[in-house]
Amino acid sequence: MNYAVLIPMIAFLLIIFFIGYWSSRKLAGSSNFISDYFLGGRELGGFVLAMTMVATYGSASSFLGGPGTAYTMGFGWVLLAMTQVVTGYFVLMILGKKYAIMARRYEAVTMIDFLKARYGSTAVVLLSAFSIIVFLFSAMAAQWIGGARLIESLTGLSYQSALFLFAVSVLVYVTIGGFRAVALTDAVQGAVMLVGTLVLLIAVIISGGGISNIMQDLINENPNLVTPYGADGNLGAAYVSSFWILVGVGVVGLPQIAVRAMSYKNARSMHRALIIGTIVTGVIMLNMHLIGVFARPILPGIDVGDKVIPLIALETLPPWVAGIVLAAPMAAIMSTVDSLLLLVSSSIVKDVYLNYIKPDASLKAIKRMSFGVTGVLGVIVFLLALDPPDLLIFLNLFAFGGLEAAFIWPIVLGLYWKWGNKYGAIASMATGIISYIALHFYNIANGNLFGVHTVTVPVVLSLIAFIAFSLLIERRAYDYHAVLYRNEKQA
Amino acid sequence: MQETDWRFRVAHREAWIGLGLALFNFVWWFAFAYGLGSRPVEEYTYIFGLPDWFFYSCIVGFLVMAVLVTVVVNLFFVDVPFDEEQEERR
Repeated sequence: MNYAVLIPMIAFLLIIFFIGYWSSRKLAGSSNFISDYFLGGRELGGFVLAMTMVATYGSASSFLGGPGTAYTMGFGWVLLAMTQVVTGYFVLMILGKKYAIMARRYEAVTMIDFLKARYGSTAVVLLSAFSIIVFLFSAMAAQWIGGARLIESLTGLSYQSALFLFAVSVLVYVTIGGFRAVALTDAVQGAVMLVGTLVLLIAVIISGGGISNIMQDLINENPNLVTPYGADGNLGAAYVSSFWILVGVGVVGLPQIAVRAMSYKNARSMHRALIIGTIVTGVIMLNMHLIGVFARPILPGIDVGDKVIPLIALETLPPWVAGIVLAAPMAAIMSTVDSLLLLVSSSIVKDVYLNYIKPDASLKAIKRMSFGVTGVLGVIVFLLALDPPDLLIFLNLFAFGGLEAAFIWPIVLGLYWKWGNKYGAIASMATGIISYIALHFYNIANGNLFGVHTVTVPVVLSLIAFIAFSLLIERRAYDYHAVLYRNEKQA
Repeated sequence: MQETDWRFRVAHREAWIGLGLALFNFVWWFAFAYGLGSRPVEEYTYIFGLPDWFFYSCIVGFLVMAVLVTVVVNLFFVDVPFDEEQEERR
């Protein structure tokens, strides 16, 4: 076992535990458990908000898969990865203050609360809860597998033990600490990612004999590596540009990101988060993917993309530094998993159980239920990840794009377009998911339609569906202040 | 007809700014990447060791966006209260 690598990792996990414990003590004195557990009581500051968004978003794919692909494809893939800088400001600017105000007005704790209040429709709630539970559950399981594999490759533990270690660490602090614990650990993990990627990039450049030297090696091997078109020259401009939707602006529609956009304390926190988020996202994405490309001349012939980052770290850094640096992808995976776990659990407890099964549940029952569901979900994911079924892998393919196609218009147009109604929302979600799945199979069989990523066409179709159905069925302007009068009457 | 909440006007303007920034970001990114990058590799020049198209599109592009976001937020984004009572007391 590689103790020099293991010890910094364990120290990192201990810090994370401590934060979970500390947050749980704050939770014990809470007067509004639901809002505190699932949303941290809407009191995130700018730095924590920015970091939790970056960390939730930056998952195994940005830290292992992405750099691995950059290693194979060259600079074209770094170009593609840089489309993600836009998420740093776009999500918070678009959802922005209107979302923050409306979420408070509706007393919304989850994204589904928002949709429920805006459209007043059971079908919308159940359809969204169903998509979140199915898609995000699968996405989460895939991340668990990634996390366990990383621990496995670093420590030499068996896959089962690695998975167990990972599961216990995640479950302990998500279950007791809730959203605040998740957001705070995200902040620590975001900082670890930022510093870790910088250290590794510098080490890689030094070990490659400087950037010019590395560039010469790349050109000697295959000149296509330094073009925007990929190693085989088949990375088209339309395809790369369509990632602006998948990993750029479409991220507005991801529930795990949208819920964070209602969690901040005030406008000043949001302003700070906009700036910090943009810079941190850009630096992390640029560093990670450059590392992937630069690793190629130093360590040629790696055939499993996910192994590029662990191997290059162990190659270029002293073991204990590698341990700290490799805590970064670990942090990315954990912070994605914890937010997804909490989100799926909130969909079950808050959106389904409290809305339709037992609206008058006592505080004690809700607490028990929240801890219980989060714990049980964790155990199920653990069991599934031990021997992942094919269905899980299959569903995970749709998690990102499918959810974006489903939710982007009901959220964004629900916020800004007063003619949007529940028929538009239902049609838009159904169209988004169904056309996404259909197009996925079409693209596998025939190559990408219009040369763009699968997500593009369904996003356009779901927009058309939203507008058409809202205008055709029961057209009526929505009054964003109506809920206010209702609240006043009750008071 | 009732008056629109003044905070909504602020929010709507800021959402449009967000859209504008994203469009600008895309054009910058695309123009440099494919404008300069489509030349034959032999004609590339290198800035700090990086291919010119990449340097302008991704490095300078990112720095420009970081500066733009900072400037725009500081100059044009308005601090508004989110809670209803706070607003009524004003």
